[in-house]
Amino acid sequence: MGFFQAGILGFGGVLPMARRIVVDDRRWLTQTEFNELFSLCQSLPGANITNLTAALGMRHQGVTGAAAALAGLMAAPMVIIFVLSDLYGLYGTLPTVRHGLAGLAAAAAGLLLGTAGKIAMPVWKLPRNIAISALVLTMVLALHLSLPVTMLLLLPLSLYISWRRTP
Amino acid sequence: MNILLQLAVLFGKLSLLAVGGANATVSEITRQVVDIRHWLTPAQFAQLYAISNAAPGPNVLISTIIGAHVAGIPGGIVATLAMVVPSCTLAVVVCRSFERHAAARWRRVVQAALLPITAGLVLAGAMVVARQSDTGWLTVAITLAVAGLTFRTKLHPLVLLGGGAVLGLLFL
Repeated sequence: MGFFQAGILGFGGVLPMARRIVVDDRRWLTQTEFNELFSLCQSLPGANITNLTAALGMRHQGVTGAAAALAGLMAAPMVIIFVLSDLYGLYGTLPTVRHGLAGLAAAAAGLLLGTAGKIAMPVWKLPRNIAISALVLTMVLALHLSLPVTMLLLLPLSLYISWRRTP
Repeated sequence: MNILLQLAVLFGKLSLLAVGGANATVSEITRQVVDIRHWLTPAQFAQLYAISNAAPGPNVLISTIIGAHVAGIPGGIVATLAMVVPSCTLAVVVCRSFERHAAARWRRVVQAALLPITAGLVLAGAMVVARQSDTGWLTVAITLAVAGLTFRTKLHPLVLLGGGAVLGLLFL
């Protein structure tokens, strides 16, 4: 179990790294199995990487395995976050730090915008998908509906459309 | 309501709604912690979001840093568990109960249904964070440049975030 954690610890959320450890180094899964599991995790809510980690841990050692694998994945990043959060609390208001953080925040916004573009590009090849994304934007940004309400309204519609159109 | 309980309920609810990952919940997290509960100012939210991005690890760390900022280390742990455990439980159950072939069409249907929603949600989140962080021409320029570079190139996110921070230090 210890080595399982250690192995997981290394990948710190970076997917290519995870693939290398799980498939190439430890041989817990073949490439095909990894792809299967990953695409299944992608169609479920939550971060792909945490879902994959939990599913893999479960497969090997049951609930303890899933918990240990998740702990291994999250422990180091969480400690780093705690330190950063403390530093932010202590020094976040100093002028120099504030300027750096403002630039960092602007860059993070850009990163998310670019990521949205990457997700949207292939999806928006279909007009019906553009329509659904536009509805999401309207509900969230213009009508200020909550995420649960937005999902409740749009998910059935989107599921119905894709159920009719998917062979 | 006790603050830890509030964090648990807030992120627990979001966990199962995070279609396509934690980035899809950014606009809802803002709504809850900035607009409704006033735990953070818009600028603080944008900065904490940025810090959680710059740190290594999965992007559910946004829940960790907000929990930690609001209620210390216990807050961070509670928020993270709430964000991770429900979706992982679902993942574990689904991965065990679906045979590969039986799940094939079901999976394609769900994935096709979720993708346009995810695209809309991530874009909405991006607009919200951009509105919080872009207070002048330089920050707008940084956001647009990073968005373009993320979209067009494979530059490492840390390089882009670091670049933004340095520009902020030098010119703001």
